[in-house]
Amino acid sequence: MTDLLYSEEEEALRSAVRDLLTDHCAPADVISRTESGTPHDRALWKLLAEMGLAGLLVPEAQGGQGASAREAAVVLEELGRAVAPVPYLTSAVVATEALLACGDEELLGRLAAGRTIGALAVGLHSAPQAPFATVRADNGVLHGELTGIADAAVADVLLVPADDGGLYAVTADAVTVTPQVSLDLTRPLATVTLAGAAGRRVGDAAPAVRRALRAAAGLLASEQLGVADWALTETVRYLKERKQFNRPVGGFQALKHRLAQLWLEIVSLRAAARAAADALAFGEDADITVAVAQAYAAPVAVHAAEEALQLHGGIGMTWEHPAHLYLKRAKADSIAYGTAGAHRSALAALADLQAP
Amino acid sequence: MTDAAELLGRTRELLAAHPPGSTGRLDFLRARFDAGLAWVHYPQGLGGLGAPRALQAVVDAELEAAGAPDNDPRRIGIGLGMAAPTILKYGTEEQKRRFLRPLWTGEEVWCQLFSEPGAGSDLAALGTRAVREGEDWVVDGQKVWTSSAHIARWAILIARTDPAVPKHAGITYFVCDMTDPGVEVRPLRQITGEAEFNEVFLTGVRIPDAHRLGEIGDGWRVAQTTLNNERVAIGGMRLPREGGMIGPVSRAWRERPELRTHDLHQRLLRLWVEAEVARFTGERLRQQLAVGQPGPEGAGMKLAFARLNQEISGLEVELRGEEGLLYDDWTMRRPELVDFTGRDAGYRYLRSKGNSIEGGTSEVLLNIVAERVLGLPAEPRTDKDVAWKDLAR
Repeated sequence: MTDLLYSEEEEALRSAVRDLLTDHCAPADVISRTESGTPHDRALWKLLAEMGLAGLLVPEAQGGQGASAREAAVVLEELGRAVAPVPYLTSAVVATEALLACGDEELLGRLAAGRTIGALAVGLHSAPQAPFATVRADNGVLHGELTGIADAAVADVLLVPADDGGLYAVTADAVTVTPQVSLDLTRPLATVTLAGAAGRRVGDAAPAVRRALRAAAGLLASEQLGVADWALTETVRYLKERKQFNRPVGGFQALKHRLAQLWLEIVSLRAAARAAADALAFGEDADITVAVAQAYAAPVAVHAAEEALQLHGGIGMTWEHPAHLYLKRAKADSIAYGTAGAHRSALAALADLQAP
Repeated sequence: MTDAAELLGRTRELLAAHPPGSTGRLDFLRARFDAGLAWVHYPQGLGGLGAPRALQAVVDAELEAAGAPDNDPRRIGIGLGMAAPTILKYGTEEQKRRFLRPLWTGEEVWCQLFSEPGAGSDLAALGTRAVREGEDWVVDGQKVWTSSAHIARWAILIARTDPAVPKHAGITYFVCDMTDPGVEVRPLRQITGEAEFNEVFLTGVRIPDAHRLGEIGDGWRVAQTTLNNERVAIGGMRLPREGGMIGPVSRAWRERPELRTHDLHQRLLRLWVEAEVARFTGERLRQQLAVGQPGPEGAGMKLAFARLNQEISGLEVELRGEEGLLYDDWTMRRPELVDFTGRDAGYRYLRSKGNSIEGGTSEVLLNIVAERVLGLPAEPRTDKDVAWKDLAR
């Protein structure tokens, strides 16, 4: 069966990423950056790219690392734990998977090196099986508007699905990207307007979008694991320190039970997220395993972030404390790439448990 | 060190010397024990060869392929899973030689006399007394939730030998002869209608000091070996998809479209996801154990398993609608085996209510996770330095 553990190499990768984030992604800086006009941290992205992380999913022959979804999942756990404002999921997973489906080697190589940031111009809320919006294609010239595109503000290339069934690569300077005020401060959305933009057809949109969104939904579970694990670890640490009624608040049984319950959910999420990453890496049973992982992960991450906020009391409600970044990420993640309900609906067909 | 090839060779020698087709079941099991192939990680002379535990699978597979009889492990689970490791760790050489062979072959069934009406989650508060009289101990008290007591030859028993010291310090661990005239076993009927468990009344039961396991007053520590092995045993089986409680309700959903509603559909899908995730979690725990990095997940598995069994079986009763109002049979029976997923949905629903009580309640397990895994402060203890006889009861 599926290998659900972390290999030694995966643990080494984790600690390298964690060390980098400890040095370059402090919570206070992430908070102040959110209102700075450049919500994405390009310097941090450059450091991650120098480690070769942007090309994990790309074969070595095409300029990548020739690793797999298992390693990308470990990176996403750590990025989730730090709510790092970098376009890793959107460029190194989603846009990259779309291009792998199309076989566009030149662009893949640039994304793999991290010098070019790509974004698939499909709304972040889209589930792998759901219909997606397209723009009008007129002899390779594109017209239309697409909303809810995550990390579009920082993308150099947009991969745009058009009504002729094609997926077009469009450079950022050919479109208008308008930031939307977003719930998730560390993964902001934008509207992409194409008014006669020139595009280069890289392949068929439908299979590329399906493949990209399935990988996204499966690997998002690892990001959600990182978010949830931060919430539990930080809350346990705080409740051992915080004293009320002349004792540590973490000694009250009502709270101990809530935290133990949360721990159990996170232990389970870790197994589900590893199963999804392994299934994507080897292509075995991936549809069911991804749907199971995402149907389970979303409510657990939201629960963990909500508990962190509540159990921190008043300080958890402040802008200054990072708990809100995790709540906003967890809640946005619960809609990203399909809600838990959308994935359960997919399972009704996949597991032969048909609706009435 | 014994390796897989050597074990395979010994297994084939056993099969050649005692062909399963022409050897009696008990004779074969005794020969297997004497060949050191019963539990290969046990010491030589006690049914094992001091080999790595993981190699047992090599022996079992070869014996199964040859059609050899097994020792019906489900019938003697308490002996194999709880009494044997404790005897191995704390028993004298004489005790190990006397007890382990018939325990493993199933000739002698074991039960566990631990819980009492007044000592459930607070097991260390137990009140059954053992008083020294010459070379014997005389035991008086009442035990409860004792499965297999009505078929057991021996019991592992903890009793209070010193009421004047704090509760954990005054307990001693014994092997009790269930044929002693002072032992009375009464079936304890449960909500399913059957009596899987018993109450055991102990009146002037005489236990020779030679049947004491470990030192006088050290019984709580000895009992930890028993209880840790109980938790290892729970939730340890590898399951295929839909292998647990989710299987029957999923099949009913497929076979009975007329029972489907939208509300039930949403709840079924939610539980199906949770059951699949629990299966991954159990598998991950096993993989950790196999490479020698035991995680704390084990404590959580029983919690997850209890809640899921209860919710899934509850959903199934509701799904069955009019049929859910019926029950297969309330007749009082004394089953020798427990099958959580057996019988009908109503039985599964009622039996699974015990899953969050037996072997440590879910509330106690949550405390254990909070304190031992998360390192949160322990519950305040008012009983630590108080003599047992002075405790509130």
